[in-house]
Amino acid sequence: MADVSYGKITQDGLWDNNAGFVQLLGLCPLLAVSGTVVNALGMALATTLVLVLSSTVIAAIRNTVPDEIRIPVFVMVIAAFVTITQLLIQAFAFPLYQTLGLFIALITTNCAIIARAEAFAARNDILRSATDGLMMGLGFALVLLTMGSVREIIGNGSWFADANLLFGEAARDWGVNFSEYYRGLLVAALPPGAFIVLGLLIAVKNVVDGRLKKRADKRSALATAA
Amino acid sequence: MQFTVASSPHLTPATSVSAVMLKLLLALLPGVAVYALLFGWGILLNLVIGCLSALVIEALFLFWRNRPVKKHLGDYTAIVTAVLLVLALPPLTPWWLITLGVFFALSLGKHVYGGLGYNPFNPAMVGYVIVLISFPTELSFWPGQLGLFGDFSLVDTLQYSLFGSLGEQTLDGISSATVLAAIDNGFSQGLTLAEIQQQAAFGLLGSAGFEWIALAYLAGGLWLIQQKVIRWQIPAAIIATVTLLSAVLWLVDSSQYASPLVHLLSGAVILGAFFIATDPVSASTTRKGRLWFGAGIGVLIVVIRSWGGYPDGVAFAVLLMNIAVPMIDYYTQPRVYGHSK
Repeated sequence: MADVSYGKITQDGLWDNNAGFVQLLGLCPLLAVSGTVVNALGMALATTLVLVLSSTVIAAIRNTVPDEIRIPVFVMVIAAFVTITQLLIQAFAFPLYQTLGLFIALITTNCAIIARAEAFAARNDILRSATDGLMMGLGFALVLLTMGSVREIIGNGSWFADANLLFGEAARDWGVNFSEYYRGLLVAALPPGAFIVLGLLIAVKNVVDGRLKKRADKRSALATAA
Repeated sequence: MQFTVASSPHLTPATSVSAVMLKLLLALLPGVAVYALLFGWGILLNLVIGCLSALVIEALFLFWRNRPVKKHLGDYTAIVTAVLLVLALPPLTPWWLITLGVFFALSLGKHVYGGLGYNPFNPAMVGYVIVLISFPTELSFWPGQLGLFGDFSLVDTLQYSLFGSLGEQTLDGISSATVLAAIDNGFSQGLTLAEIQQQAAFGLLGSAGFEWIALAYLAGGLWLIQQKVIRWQIPAAIIATVTLLSAVLWLVDSSQYASPLVHLLSGAVILGAFFIATDPVSASTTRKGRLWFGAGIGVLIVVIRSWGGYPDGVAFAVLLMNIAVPMIDYYTQPRVYGHSK
């Protein structure tokens, strides 16, 4: 198997094969914790951290793990890093730990992570796997943050409110409150809003992809004509 | 006896969408008239706001999607969506809430799926449910019977709708708990039906005022069936299931469950059965499937009303059964003539 280029890994992770928009993996945390930007950011950081670390370790041990039991081993590795992350959040961002609650532990079962372990880290070298984990994590973070922003702005009329959950007391006033007259469209902050917003964002991505493809086609047609 | 023989084609022309929609609107007229007579100017004002918003929003979406604006505006489907949405909302509703509801009905209910004929959900109910979830206070404010010629004039209504001010009136002065809301609250407080009946505006048959509106809808609905605009299966199945199920619950414990008559003649059962659930696009299309579809809605209405968090459940019931329509249609395909099943 030929080695994948770093450029392709990056492009896949951030856009072409985005965990949230294209593979639709890890939807449970994506839908549940994207109500506000701060929650989404906390989840994004935790997931990215776990992805990078687990991909690196799994790539390192990929040749010594027997094929038959590789998935349980991968899950063990992922669970170990999730536990570490959970303890870190509990130690340094306790309020966030309280809001994210169960969803931190549930990162273990996030299919975006196990899918990367199985589909990429188990077949590629350490550096490439770490890059893939980072890019997939950033791609997932991008989706989480976009959803968090859209839902918080529409649902609460604010952006980045309650930053103190993540960054401590100094960050209490970092948030933006757009208008005191806007009462918020509650549905966007509630679970149905998560599905609707995700659907609309995927639609937007498909429209952008369609436009890009059309432009590329036109360019290649021009190139062949010339 | 002489018969006139017309030249071919002998098939009668298929009814156009606009003709069907016009008949639907016509059938709603008696209900709207009774509504306005009993509850005042609010409903008429809301209808005007809803229809204007629908025309503007539909035109914008059609224009944006490169569809013929004039042709699709002329089929009245957007108007029907807006009218059904407005009839589901309380008669005193701020204008922006109606416009927002219509926007969601037409955007998330219809155009995201590709416009008329492609929507899996009833657009009016999509819009209604979104505003219901988002603005619970506004949507639970039901005025009592203000009357078309009562103290609460058109100017008062306009003032409330546009600026949210009630003038000399107070919110408590004109509001009146709907029967279903009173039942929902009362039972959760442990009151019996008899105790609740002393608090809320129960009428002769169901809830005061709304019973006559429901009967007017019923008349319009029966006319629609006679005109073959809608089929009898869905309304019949809904009404039969609601009656049967609520009767069983009522007979088991009449202090904890409302009577079938109260269920049928308060809230949106009759309107829903004849006008909302029969939406030709999002409802089941087979004969047997329509019965199942209606029965499912009926069961869900009673279940949501009796044990759910919301006083009325017609909108949720219709949307939930909309999801089941592809499966219902799949299992109820009629046998093709000449083929065994």
